Amino acid sequence: MKSQLLIGLACVVLALGGCASKRPATPPSAAGPASGTAVPSSGATTSGMDSNSSLMGAAAAGAEGIAGPQEGLLAKRLVYFDFDRAEIRADQVALVSAHAAYLASHPNARVRLEGNTDERGTREYNIGLGERRAQAVRRAMMLQGVSEGQIATVSYGAERPAVAGSDEAAWAQNRRVEIVYLSQ
Amino acid sequence: MVLLGISPAEAQLRVEVTSGVTDAIPIAIVPFARTVPGDGGADVAAIVEHDLDGSGRFRSMARRDMLSQPTRAADVVIADWKMSRNDYIVVGRVSAAGADVVIEAELVNLLTGQTLASPKITVAAGAVRVGAHRLSDVIFQKITGLRGAFDTRIAYVSVEGEAPNQRYQLIVADADGENAHPVTEASRPIMSPAWSPDGEWLAYVSFERRVSAIYLQRLRTGERTLVSARVGVNGAPAWSPDGKKLALTLSGNDGNLDIYVLDLATQALTRVTTDPAIDTEPTWADSQTLYFTSDRGGGPQIYRVSLGGDSRPKRITFGSSYSARPRLSPDHTQIAFVTLDGSAYRVAIQDLATGGVRILSKGRLDQSPSFAPNGAMLIYAGRDNGVGILETVSIDGLTTQRLKSDHGEVREPVWGPFAQ
Repeated sequence: MKSQLLIGLACVVLALGGCASKRPATPPSAAGPASGTAVPSSGATTSGMDSNSSLMGAAAAGAEGIAGPQEGLLAKRLVYFDFDRAEIRADQVALVSAHAAYLASHPNARVRLEGNTDERGTREYNIGLGERRAQAVRRAMMLQGVSEGQIATVSYGAERPAVAGSDEAAWAQNRRVEIVYLSQ
Repeated sequence: MVLLGISPAEAQLRVEVTSGVTDAIPIAIVPFARTVPGDGGADVAAIVEHDLDGSGRFRSMARRDMLSQPTRAADVVIADWKMSRNDYIVVGRVSAAGADVVIEAELVNLLTGQTLASPKITVAAGAVRVGAHRLSDVIFQKITGLRGAFDTRIAYVSVEGEAPNQRYQLIVADADGENAHPVTEASRPIMSPAWSPDGEWLAYVSFERRVSAIYLQRLRTGERTLVSARVGVNGAPAWSPDGKKLALTLSGNDGNLDIYVLDLATQALTRVTTDPAIDTEPTWADSQTLYFTSDRGGGPQIYRVSLGGDSRPKRITFGSSYSARPRLSPDHTQIAFVTLDGSAYRVAIQDLATGGVRILSKGRLDQSPSFAPNGAMLIYAGRDNGVGILETVSIDGLTTQRLKSDHGEVREPVWGPFAQ
């Protein structure tokens, strides 16, 4: 099996693998972002897949966020959800609508919608629920004229809570979609 | 094993036995004679004691109650040990043989006086713990008839620091939590580790690119292979029984999570489910059958689907409004999963023939059950004062052990296969 794997797959020996012979020179907090930016390019160049393959399709969605527009409601970037629900709440519509209007009128602006859940339930199912929330915001934005190419989605499920804690107050803040501007 | 320049002590877990049973088999594990100056001080008898007690099937005698400490079967006065209400006694010796360490032991049935096993286990000088686990395996098998799973490994995810400056590590350790080594780390989430059937590789999900991707990593060399970084969700990898395929969850651009099977040699991708619901958390029953989570019926429940032929999924769980993330027992007669029990998320086991369900854990946010390869125990993730810990539980639910990290929290344990 091992030889088949090595022959058949895009083999990406990454920076971490290289740590086998030497200790990382940078502290953990610095190592992460560095490897995070290094990986997509090495993945793309060593993949050996034809350009139609979607194996690497998500690389562009992983760009660094920017400050983005700050006027009025646009300064707010968090869309909150009810427990186990992915419908956009009535009290969140104005916020989503404001960002959609901005994106529709700025065709070069791009966002990444990051879906999140509270900690309850299983981790991969929560990835699904977070994705469903990000898609709900994406569809609402597209209905207002935002083009598909302006929006990327990612779900972190329960993996990136905004606040710690195991009570309803914490859970309510963690059930969210974060609107991250990649260009404006 | 590739080390990342992190001191093993930092990743080490602490173990606490949190409960025990009274009808377990009484056994005396007498401290071994030691003639090895350079064995690192490993107390073989204590390691064996801990292994056997943690299985829930044995209760070992306290050393302070031992009136004598023989180290050879010939020196065991059977009548005396029978009076101390033990059914079995283990005696042994640890000695040096060149660069190796030899563990010799005898297992004696005190009811018959018969010596049941006389294992001689040779390991490298730095691997005395491994030798002790192998001895536990021999004793466990001789007495219970079931293969021991003490000389096995677990993988889990550890998280340190406060968001957004968290450090995630994927760690491999011995099944008792000792000898922990990080195999990869990132400043963004790592999740869903899965062992290859031969124990050589781990598949896992990493968000180091800010979006999800599935990697395979070979433990011996640290070499990594990116197998899926498609648009949308790349999640829940699960190796097929022959190690040649990976079941996984993909969402595509429209966010519809479905289960696919990826042939690792040819890269051929086969879609298994098509429902607009969330379909995820696949696990293999055999080369043609997957169990998975789906909320196609409204809430998450467990379904079974055949690959090829009539692939209409059949619902398996009915007893709760939330049942997810199935794992098959090694003999394929039961599934372990997470279920909503009142307002608590707990580990449950369902008998596949009768449908009967037992709740095995007692926490409020228990997760990620994984069977030992002999099916005698499970490991899962729980909480202690809001911090993630690992717990093992005997299959009867009566004996639990906790494994805690001194640094941050630990989660998503997966029990590796038998050592090959």
